[in-house]
Amino acid sequence: MKEGYTLVYKRPDTLLKTRMHYCPGCFHSILHKLIMEVVEEMGIQNDVIGVSPVGCSVFAYDYMDVDFQEAAHGRACAVATGIKRTLPNHPVFTYQGDGDLAAIGLAETMHACNRGEKFSIFFVNNAIYGMTGGQMAPTTLEGQITTTSPYGRDPKNVGYPMKMAEMVSQLPGVAYCERVCLNNPANVRKAKKSIRKCFEIQAQNLGTTFLEVVSNCPTNWRLSPIKTLDFVENNMLKYYPLGVKKDVTATEEK
Amino acid sequence: MDKKIAFMKGNEALAEAALRAGMTGYFGYPITPQTEVIEYLCKEAPKYPKFTVLQAESEVSSINMVYGAAAAGGRIMTTTSSPGFSLMQEGISYIACADIPCVIANVQRGGPGLGTIQPSQGDYFQSVKGGGHGDYKLIVFAPNSVQEVVDYTYNAFDLANKWMCPILILSDGAIGQMMEKVILPEPIPARTAEEMRDEKPWATNGKGKRTKRNIITSLNIQSDAMERRNNELQEKYRRIEGEEVRYETYKADDAEILITAYGLSSRVCKKAVDIAREQGLKIGLVRPITLWPFPTKVIDEFASKPNVKFFMDVEMNVGQMIEDVKLVVNGRKPVYFYGRTGGILATAEEILEQIKAKM
Repeated sequence: MKEGYTLVYKRPDTLLKTRMHYCPGCFHSILHKLIMEVVEEMGIQNDVIGVSPVGCSVFAYDYMDVDFQEAAHGRACAVATGIKRTLPNHPVFTYQGDGDLAAIGLAETMHACNRGEKFSIFFVNNAIYGMTGGQMAPTTLEGQITTTSPYGRDPKNVGYPMKMAEMVSQLPGVAYCERVCLNNPANVRKAKKSIRKCFEIQAQNLGTTFLEVVSNCPTNWRLSPIKTLDFVENNMLKYYPLGVKKDVTATEEK
Repeated sequence: MDKKIAFMKGNEALAEAALRAGMTGYFGYPITPQTEVIEYLCKEAPKYPKFTVLQAESEVSSINMVYGAAAAGGRIMTTTSSPGFSLMQEGISYIACADIPCVIANVQRGGPGLGTIQPSQGDYFQSVKGGGHGDYKLIVFAPNSVQEVVDYTYNAFDLANKWMCPILILSDGAIGQMMEKVILPEPIPARTAEEMRDEKPWATNGKGKRTKRNIITSLNIQSDAMERRNNELQEKYRRIEGEEVRYETYKADDAEILITAYGLSSRVCKKAVDIAREQGLKIGLVRPITLWPFPTKVIDEFASKPNVKFFMDVEMNVGQMIEDVKLVVNGRKPVYFYGRTGGILATAEEILEQIKAKM
């Protein structure tokens, strides 16, 4: 660094210097970076084990320089359960999309949370199946057009978008549950604090920590990256309100 | 604790053998007729501070817990029965492709469908031919007594580590439920965290002092990488075929008629051979102990013998292993079949009658 300059930002060493496969404007890359920043700042990069899902983030292990296991579609929470039960002193996290966590893996998600498994779940909700090319997700909004809801999601036929953070927060095993978003710098900073909180509460063995990250999908929403920010603000966040849904540490402080 | 003689139920003996083998984790879901395994482990768990047992929400989940726990370096087992084994197939395919050592026991019951809780050997295809998607193999042991359940389970953990692949103990509802005298082997002390790291340098247990991260995956999205992975697996399977075949022959040397049978069926067939010999009939038994790798060589040798008239394959299904026997015999001798289903075990007399009808 040049003399006289103060370091205000650097790429975390835990984020590998590889070109990412994500589409331009996708929030995945931001979330990868935030998690790796927190891991590095907490000094847990030599202990932590990540679990990647099937979906757009299936290759998350190509970007994060920590031990990683790739799970079958929907089974990240089962795999993480196995890891954490074997290595209870290691921080463990899953990184899952809406199809993985809320559709095919709903049982694993709910039961891991209900058992209070001591790992962190980072749940990316972009209301669509990205990798397979834009099909309806459990979290697709009412009326939203996807390739399998070409006339808009009709809840009478295919059910309503699932509010996972609200559902999960009902389970006694969950120690911390929040919904964040990455649609502007202020929210990105908040999300980073919440990621750190998840790892801290995990280290205290208080229960499952669950962070729903409202995300975007420029490619399959058929919107420019900038316009996805409007869609997030005007549509996604109306149905998926941000905020802490549960925090056992806050209750303790009272 | 050291070697111990006990009178035990097959399922409980399986659980005890796994504990004595230094198992560090068990994940399973109750299903008849193997539920005693998880019940026994839950009861014994407090005696083993480094051992974790967890009742999963499904077999789909339990096999994936096994995947995670074994990838993290543990000595891990799950057990189930046929419908549960069907549910596990996807997970087993992932585990096999990712070269993860673990132990699976399938205490078979009758199918298809919800079927029956009675014993069966209906999962030969599913166990030996792959079961899940893609080209992979499991080393499959077919014990025919409670003692063999103990011995093969006890050795399975190290064998899985040796070959970096899942080991399947293919038992059935009768062996699981019956009580027999067993000699329980000496317990292996639980490994420390450091020993586990040293033993499995590939495990996803945190980078620690390693310079490179470990990645466990079964994803090889580039065509050449996937073909390379397949070739590596096949090469490993050829080596296993060269080293791990196990079988037993019984009064087979001068036999003119050879019964092929494994597991529970082979015990009844032994009695059939004894009765036949008393009647002066030269009948013998070839019993595969490993269903994969299949004892091809010994069956091939018998098929070449001029004095051998035919083979009679006996199973508790409608004819599964017979396909492998026929592949080896390759038309040189007739291969007949006799099997019962629904949990019905053929009697020795019944089998002998079937053989006499072909003479």
